[in-house]
Amino acid sequence: MKTSNEKKSLLSKIAGMTDSNLLLTITVVVFVLMYLGAIIFQGKGFLKPQTFFNILNTNAYLIILSCGLSLVMITGGIDISVGGVTALVSMCCAVNLDYKNGNIFTALLIALLIGVAFGAVQGFLVAYLDIQPFIVTLAGMFFARGMTTIVNSSPFNVANEQFVKLKDTRIIVPFMGSVNKKGVYVDSYVEVGVIVALAIVILMFVMLKWTKLGRQFYAVGGNPQSALMLGINVKFTRFMSQFICGILGGIGGFVYFLHVGSGSPSHAAGAEMNAIASSIIGGTMLTGGVGNIIGTLFGVLSLSTIQNIVSSAGLDQAWWTGITIAAMLCLFLVIQSVVVAGKKKSLRK
Amino acid sequence: MKTSKKSFTAIFRNQIFIPIAALLLLVIVNLIVDPSFFKITYQLNSDGQHILYGNLIQILDFGSELAILAIGMTFVTAASGGQDISVGAAIAIAGSVILRVLCGNNTRPEAGQLQTTFLVAFLVACVVAALFGAFNGLLVSVFKIQPMVATLILFTAGRSIAAWINNNELPIISDQSFKYFGGYIPNVPVPTPAILAVVVIIVTFLLLKFTNLGLYIQAVGINEKSSRLNGLNPTAIKFLSFVLLGLCVAVAGLIKVSRLSTINYSVIAKDIEMDAILAVALGGNALGGGKFNMTASILGAYVIQFLTITLYSMKVQSDALPAYKAVVVILLVVFSAPTVRNWMSKTWKNLTAKNTAKEVA
Repeated sequence: MKTSNEKKSLLSKIAGMTDSNLLLTITVVVFVLMYLGAIIFQGKGFLKPQTFFNILNTNAYLIILSCGLSLVMITGGIDISVGGVTALVSMCCAVNLDYKNGNIFTALLIALLIGVAFGAVQGFLVAYLDIQPFIVTLAGMFFARGMTTIVNSSPFNVANEQFVKLKDTRIIVPFMGSVNKKGVYVDSYVEVGVIVALAIVILMFVMLKWTKLGRQFYAVGGNPQSALMLGINVKFTRFMSQFICGILGGIGGFVYFLHVGSGSPSHAAGAEMNAIASSIIGGTMLTGGVGNIIGTLFGVLSLSTIQNIVSSAGLDQAWWTGITIAAMLCLFLVIQSVVVAGKKKSLRK
Repeated sequence: MKTSKKSFTAIFRNQIFIPIAALLLLVIVNLIVDPSFFKITYQLNSDGQHILYGNLIQILDFGSELAILAIGMTFVTAASGGQDISVGAAIAIAGSVILRVLCGNNTRPEAGQLQTTFLVAFLVACVVAALFGAFNGLLVSVFKIQPMVATLILFTAGRSIAAWINNNELPIISDQSFKYFGGYIPNVPVPTPAILAVVVIIVTFLLLKFTNLGLYIQAVGINEKSSRLNGLNPTAIKFLSFVLLGLCVAVAGLIKVSRLSTINYSVIAKDIEMDAILAVALGGNALGGGKFNMTASILGAYVIQFLTITLYSMKVQSDALPAYKAVVVILLVVFSAPTVRNWMSKTWKNLTAKNTAKEVA
């Protein structure tokens, strides 16, 4: 008797959760289960903290891009130009550092300017001229990819001393080291990009949760008509979402550049789709109005963890990664749709 | 005078105005830059065959896959209010299936060693592509997932699946008659893809003419609830539109594979989904679903190919092509945006009003 009561209260708790929190909970639970499963079935590799930090190191840029995408998706838009912008930024920074005797600050400035330019133009077209965000950012993606080739058509590494120093900066995480095969204690480390990514996650979280603008994004994404009636400047809000996403694209591009240290037209191929997938796995709904930045962080982690699991399970043929990510995406989408549909029904009763 | 003005605004308001205007613009630009762009010659090709040759023929030739896809994409867009971004990956799957069925386990079959006829291979590819279309359709119609997100799944997995079908090997068909679908049939001077595209277009128009499919799709796209109240089944119609797109994908896949007689999983039909969506948008169709104009979509597809060939003839590097395309696309959508159009017609009115006022004075 008691157990059924408890069950009921749990169910009602779940039913009482907002969509945002419910989807976030699912994501976090799945990520933890997946990581535990990896530790149990694939052994020691995943037990080392460094494995986890490596996932962060490689995917710092993806976290930043996904934050931007979550923001536009919460506002009811989309931005598929971020991958192209990432490639363009890393190519421009590479050219600046290598050929033009630039320094890190000019490179960073270039990255930010590219992000601002893309964000502002796309935001203006989407918000003030009412053009479909998909088409606008599609053109943005084409433009960025094409420009990358025009700037420099062949890939090359950057040898700028100052830059390499920054690139190789390792930030040691205390108490998380491990003992390697020779019995020597090795510290765990993260790269600079991870700090930037985490700072952005925190900033975005605070902005979305506690600022007026942040709440406006949810309101516009949930229902633009009623947001307008509440006196929200819908156009400006949509512009800001696209604008911030553009800037984050620029920063993400720089972080990516900092990780790979080279420029190439084929860089960050498919990054936009990975970012969208991470946001969806993290519980952001493309219909707008629902989403959570912490969920997005876990979305990126889930996505990259499953990639790691697949490759360390010996299924290293290229196609397995694509198929597992797709299967996972499919699973989450169906869960989302079922959960939301079920909740609607239970509310109606 | 008045009627002519009215008919002028009617043309301007007509949906097909946008692709036609774009086409005219491209034609004019080409006439100015290089009039020989339009030259069509009748000459021998490398296979010792008399064929028509010229940029316009190339547009018809290489625009066919795009036109075929644009047809399916228009249905999907109109019915579901979203786009299928997995068509490129699905083409890879369809092409891979064709090669697998034809070659079996032997990846280098000599002429005459093929496992089955081309027709069987094509039909199997149709079934497989329709199944993948059905998978997308299921997610969209039953699970109510947004089309772009639902098809993201196949977009990520498609090329991997295509590689997996052939065990990541690249079969090459040396049988010359396999090239007919993507090249030329002997003694026919017109490229076969163009003929196939015309066949698909005719079938589509017959379908629209003699069935209520077009009406139903528009009804579902405009208002799902009221179409259900009118006795339609929105789920089934959305599902059907994705299956139709799957069939279009199979045809496009056949052409693509036949052009090369082999397949490259990561490159085949790359970015074609973007072009197909652009064709629909360029045709003036609302990307949010509802009414559609099939002629405008098909025309849009050829306009995009026209643009591509124009850029090539101006010696633009193929990798840099997207940048120029993007600029053109942005200009087009900006000028066709309702806000901009309203503003333009207002200023136009003001100008003409001033002029008439001057004339009166």
